[in-house]
Amino acid sequence: MMLTTAGRVLGQLRGDRRTVALILVLPCLLLGLIAWMFEGTPVLDQFGPLLVGIFPLIVMFLVTSVATLRERQSGTLERLMTTPVRKGDLVGGYALAFGGLALLQALVVVGFALLVGMDVAGPLWLVVVVALLNAVLGCCLGLAASALARTEFQAVQLMPATIFPQLIVCGLLMPRDEMPEVLEWISRAFPLTYAVDAMQQIAVGAEWADVAGSVGVTAAFIVGAVVLGIVTLRRRTP
Amino acid sequence: MEKNWTGPALRTRGLVVERGGRTVVDGLDLEVPAGQVIGLLGPSGSGKTTLMRALVGVQDHVAGEVTVLGEPAGTAALRRRVGYVTQAASVYTDLTVAQNLRYFARLSGLPPSDAEAAVAGAVATVDLGGHERQVVGTLSGGERSRVSLAAALVGDPDVLVLDEPTVGLDPVLRRDLWATFRTLAAEGRTLLVSSHVMDEATQCDRLLLLRDGALVADTTPDELLATTGAPDAERAFLVLIDRATQEAR
Repeated sequence: MMLTTAGRVLGQLRGDRRTVALILVLPCLLLGLIAWMFEGTPVLDQFGPLLVGIFPLIVMFLVTSVATLRERQSGTLERLMTTPVRKGDLVGGYALAFGGLALLQALVVVGFALLVGMDVAGPLWLVVVVALLNAVLGCCLGLAASALARTEFQAVQLMPATIFPQLIVCGLLMPRDEMPEVLEWISRAFPLTYAVDAMQQIAVGAEWADVAGSVGVTAAFIVGAVVLGIVTLRRRTP
Repeated sequence: MEKNWTGPALRTRGLVVERGGRTVVDGLDLEVPAGQVIGLLGPSGSGKTTLMRALVGVQDHVAGEVTVLGEPAGTAALRRRVGYVTQAASVYTDLTVAQNLRYFARLSGLPPSDAEAAVAGAVATVDLGGHERQVVGTLSGGERSRVSLAAALVGDPDVLVLDEPTVGLDPVLRRDLWATFRTLAAEGRTLLVSSHVMDEATQCDRLLLLRDGALVADTTPDELLATTGAPDAERAFLVLIDRATQEAR
């Protein structure tokens, strides 16, 4: 039933070509802007992998939280809850479908980044793996967040509410060891910190063994987010 | 546990449901036999939808006893045997009719090969032949609500809970749908159908009349007319509602 649900979600995406195009083309455009702005400097080599990792988190969070809210409001979720489908199948189905889309996004964006001159010192497949993990994480967080939202306005606001604090303290704006101690501790509680850390290391030549710890923590956060997504999905509603 | 279940199909004892701090269903005792079409009637806000949600196991804050086919409402085993159609058409508007029905057929546990046959059967039952490849969003309101009904039929449920299935349908379609309900019941299924069109009451085997979350009448169409002395179902209900309102004062 997880595969059936993933198939259904992909079927809906197939009918919405504009969203798919935006998901694939928009990150490339933004990366292209950065490449153009910093032409002749190593900025793209440093920040390219970071962006490749952050895009899927944001995009998948938004897409999933809106899609799930739509299910709640259209009554399809209520109907699903009267069928034999398990909550894990639904969460897993969404994660699979959007994970597939995220893989496509990661491949397209990495390909484009290479085309405009990104030079990654570490292995490229690791960049794709971390991007994919971020996508699945965004997907599960979006699912859980949608349980808090009653309206579309709230759902859209939840993206900055959950993602921006992570972006600010993840080490992108300032190296984490230079931050006030409290903020540094807070950053350790956020999943994006580990993904960004892994990407920063891959950019300067880290191998799988160097980033295995960070990737492992990201994976643990995904498991937590899946559980959160399942727990916040209620079969009985008031 | 087959279609020839002999006990009551639906049963509640002391059912109390709170919604938004208000008691919507207040101490409801109900017993509905299997294999019949049961009409659930009552003014809007009388608790029809809440009762239905409690029966299919998606209503929270439920106290008291609710059983369907002898099992507590909402158990995993029951979800295979109970079909629910919400008041608004709850199908995916961005998928085709066939994609929607195939998805719900697969969720009900059918393997792909059987799912196709179930989809074709349900499409024929709700008379949507020729629309299979059409995206639901491009269908008319009446067609959408029939897709929603078909999505409950593909799982071949023993109990069907239908919330206002004939709203917005023209008289011909309404007549055809009620004929379908009769056929489904003749096959041993139990149908709980809410409606506010009182004329439809005459097509039911039994009638339940709700008012303010309490049962005002549990009767048959003939009995209803006989006890109230009213010339038609609509006026009979007004008599009963007025009587209940006076008693409540």
